[in-house]
Amino acid sequence: MEEENEKWLFEISGKKSYWSINYKEIWQYRDLLLLFVKRDIVTFYKQTVLGPIWFIIQPLLTSVIQFVIFSKIAEIPSDGVPYFLFVLAGNILWFYFSDSMKSTSETFTANQSIFGKVYFPRIIMPFKVILSNLIKFGIQFAFFLVVLLYYFAQGAPLLPNWSVLLLPVLLLVVALIALGFGMIISSLTVKYRDLNFVITFGISLYMYITPIVYPTSLVLEKIDPKYHPLIYMNPLTALFDFFKYAFLGSGSLDLWGLVYSIVFSVVVFFLGLLVFNRTEKSFIDVI
Amino acid sequence: MSRTILKVEQVSKQYRLGKIGTGTLSHDLNRWWHTVRGKEDPYLKIGESNDRSTKGDSQYVWALQDINFEVKQGEVLGIIGKNGAGKSTLLKILSRVTSPTTGSIKTRGRIASLLEVGTGFHPEMTGRENIYLNGAILGMTKKEIASKIDEIIAFSGCERYIDTPTKRYSSGMTVRLAFAVAAHLEPEILVVDEVLAVGDAEFQKKAIGKMQDISKGEGRTVLFVSHNMAAVKNLCTRGLLIDKGKVLFQGAIDDVVTKYLETEEMSYSKVFINSSIVYKLIRIEKFEILSEIVTGGSFEFEVLVVSEVEQLVEFSVGFRMVDTTPVFQLYSGHVGELFSMKIGENRIRGRINSLPVISGNYNITLWLGSKGTSYDLHKNVLRVLVREGAIKEGGPISSKNGYPVIHQTKWEIV
Repeated sequence: MEEENEKWLFEISGKKSYWSINYKEIWQYRDLLLLFVKRDIVTFYKQTVLGPIWFIIQPLLTSVIQFVIFSKIAEIPSDGVPYFLFVLAGNILWFYFSDSMKSTSETFTANQSIFGKVYFPRIIMPFKVILSNLIKFGIQFAFFLVVLLYYFAQGAPLLPNWSVLLLPVLLLVVALIALGFGMIISSLTVKYRDLNFVITFGISLYMYITPIVYPTSLVLEKIDPKYHPLIYMNPLTALFDFFKYAFLGSGSLDLWGLVYSIVFSVVVFFLGLLVFNRTEKSFIDVI
Repeated sequence: MSRTILKVEQVSKQYRLGKIGTGTLSHDLNRWWHTVRGKEDPYLKIGESNDRSTKGDSQYVWALQDINFEVKQGEVLGIIGKNGAGKSTLLKILSRVTSPTTGSIKTRGRIASLLEVGTGFHPEMTGRENIYLNGAILGMTKKEIASKIDEIIAFSGCERYIDTPTKRYSSGMTVRLAFAVAAHLEPEILVVDEVLAVGDAEFQKKAIGKMQDISKGEGRTVLFVSHNMAAVKNLCTRGLLIDKGKVLFQGAIDDVVTKYLETEEMSYSKVFINSSIVYKLIRIEKFEILSEIVTGGSFEFEVLVVSEVEQLVEFSVGFRMVDTTPVFQLYSGHVGELFSMKIGENRIRGRINSLPVISGNYNITLWLGSKGTSYDLHKNVLRVLVREGAIKEGGPISSKNGYPVIHQTKWEIV
């Protein structure tokens, strides 16, 4: 029989290939990705009275509390823009990042029952997390714009500029970092659950070393200049400053910081992909 | 000659026994160190064969070892074996849930599995939304599902509730809906694992019919795993018998089933003693055959029923072939008998004058209930050997024409 030479559709084997990503296959499953996103959004507010408003309540209340504590009590400055707006901008971007990273890091542990039963490209799950959080961010961002307009009408010194057009790029870079970190952690938690504990408080600590409740300028002013590189090592610093610079006109544009963040995001994303690919094949035996 | 659609070559799967925790890190580091130096994984050399009942020394075990087989297009392959033989591991590898330790599987078609139906069902979403999501998880596109949605809903028989969240469904309805989605998949290779054990009789019939359509009518390939030998014989053309992680035998399905039943450890006995610890108000405590078991001979039995209530009951003794095909039944309801149970021990005795089956092995199923309600049921709890005998005294010894039931008849020329 000559058909032995005929092409096989695919081969299942124990060998692990780190880089091979079946793009064609992921494309075939695009409907699944969208249906998962729909499931996330729809089931979030099923049987609730307020529905999608819950998406807004979270950053709103956080910002109100932070406004009272950090602005009224601790009197932290905010580069000349209204503090509430300043912290709201930081919070919606932070929730986008931290929720994406946290859900991605739970990919294997949270989906083990479904992964144990059927095959589909596992990478769909992290992508779905990003899309769902993007929609959530969209709602929160709309709310942010309303607040922004209110302050603007009140005559607050706000200077939105051309760089708002780069918002999609900013969101992509933040997503890549969240995905990269998340995929690395998700792969490690499969075997070593210890990391679950680390991630929970790790995220809340990470929030404080990211310029959300305070401007970067304040840190630079208060901390010895020899520690300044440490501040810029955080890939989120330049991104958060850029977001506030674009929409509020606060602070200044740090071009090299942005380049660093972009390079960092690409590197961490591919590293995450590598680890994720290696894990997905047989994680079900160890989880 | 149809072409080979699936080729399994030298597939083995190793599992680590016991807890994963301390020691994992050291093994991982050791393994990594060997790989860095270009050496073989040290833990692949060890490992014992997959025998559930004996305690081994090694921490590693081979769930599957050197599995080789091929499947041709349109074939329905039955995979049978005892619990823990490695069937599910094989199916998991085939459906790409996990990967083999060594070896490879090559395929020319999409493989979809019905390992567990209803994967990804979200209780808050309606039946219709769940059909779309579940279909997409199983590999269908939205367009494919949309073109079949009416068919799927009709097949499930849940039209009335289709826009209600599935958390309001009964478990039976959920399963029907899930199976309906899976049955309308169009993969070249379908992997089915015991899904037929769910749903009511009507739905099971529908499901088996659908599976036959898939293989016969549409020429698709099905891999079917089941413990129901009657269903396996009915559906499959070829069989694969797996034991302790190795292929013991493969060939025509009848031969494979016979081989399997031969290896099954079940000894002959005339007494059944209930060892179940499940609490029941009325239960069959003991069943005993009092007479010899010979074709045409008288057959007498006694059953001990322990009851905590006063209740009218019926009793049934069913004879089945070893592949569990029903043969005949002795049922008190057929002769209008109802026994009133007192609280405590009750004994019922039954007798027929002539045992109407040819010699061979049979499984016995016991049932206690009343008017359609089951109180206690024990399927295939006894294996009996009916010895050769005649149905009329002094008559010829019964011959084997393939008919299991023979009966005394009055003949005359008119």
